[in-house]
Amino acid sequence: MIRSDVLKTLIPIISDQLVVSNIGLPSQELHLLDDQPTNFYMLGTMGLSSSIGLGLALAQKAKVIAIDGDGSVLTNFGTLPTIANNPADNFILLIIDNGSYGSTGDQPTYAGMKTSLAKVAEACGCDNVVECSAEDTAAAVKAALDGDKMTIIVSKCESGNIKVPVIDMDAPVIRHRFMTEVSRRNA
Amino acid sequence: MSINQKIVNDFVKNKIKFVTTVPCKQLAGVIDEIEASKDIYHIPSNKEDEGMGLCAGAYMGGKRSAIIMQNTAIGVTINTLVTLIQYYNIPLPMLISYRGEIGEPVACQVEMAVHTKALLDQLNIPTYHFHTKSDADELDAILNHSFMAKKPVAILTDASFWQGA
Repeated sequence: MIRSDVLKTLIPIISDQLVVSNIGLPSQELHLLDDQPTNFYMLGTMGLSSSIGLGLALAQKAKVIAIDGDGSVLTNFGTLPTIANNPADNFILLIIDNGSYGSTGDQPTYAGMKTSLAKVAEACGCDNVVECSAEDTAAAVKAALDGDKMTIIVSKCESGNIKVPVIDMDAPVIRHRFMTEVSRRNA
Repeated sequence: MSINQKIVNDFVKNKIKFVTTVPCKQLAGVIDEIEASKDIYHIPSNKEDEGMGLCAGAYMGGKRSAIIMQNTAIGVTINTLVTLIQYYNIPLPMLISYRGEIGEPVACQVEMAVHTKALLDQLNIPTYHFHTKSDADELDAILNHSFMAKKPVAILTDASFWQGA
């Protein structure tokens, strides 16, 4: 299974949840599969999905799923200690770890070599770290949503991409639509 | 009232409830005040672009946010300022220690100081320079301006400001 296959299995579970989606193909795939006002698409700024997701989770009550990639976590490694030390039990960080920089042509990442992101997250102090296969990811996300504990999920999947169009929605429109939904859920 | 208390009072008055900080010696007092404030969630970040991501998320969650940082970090935050904060129209007051100005003991800090205003100008970020204590009288209005315009603003605070404060 490649990332888009994993996302497909997640749709029934995350469709109605607040989702912060990583730059590039993950956002484009999510937008194509299931565009929702509860999705915040990052159109730029590699690495900050987990940070935006944590800030959002700390600021309000609804559950938040940040979909990140192994390459993006590697580029913003400082995020893991911040997450560990500022736990938000409404926060789930889902790292889709395909061992490659998918959006830029599948160049290998160190996470696909000797570096274990799950072990790094644990070493940083994250309490609930789950590493799972691509096939088990939907169940892991469901379990995390059912629980009330901040959870880091590292989903190990294969490298590869499908052809998807870019998102042509304007950034302030994405933000405004998302914030309206966030505020409705906290009313 | 100390200048640090005044700054935090103005933050609270403008309903800022989420502040991320990357430390600087000049900012130590204000960071202590932020940490002590019962109205503000203080979340130290490891890098300034990470901090801006946290602030963007908190803002979308309904909490006004701000970042406290050093001018040496402006270079590493340009992409985040442009593609996240400005592109999505997110307000972000940046209280910045303006290292490398008159009174600076570390020569290397001057190297970034000479680029600071030029970079902020290139990014079209409204920039305010606090040099004497009374300059801080405008802070309340500057914060209000950032949220009104949904833009980042830079408040540069130099050594003279902190020495006179």
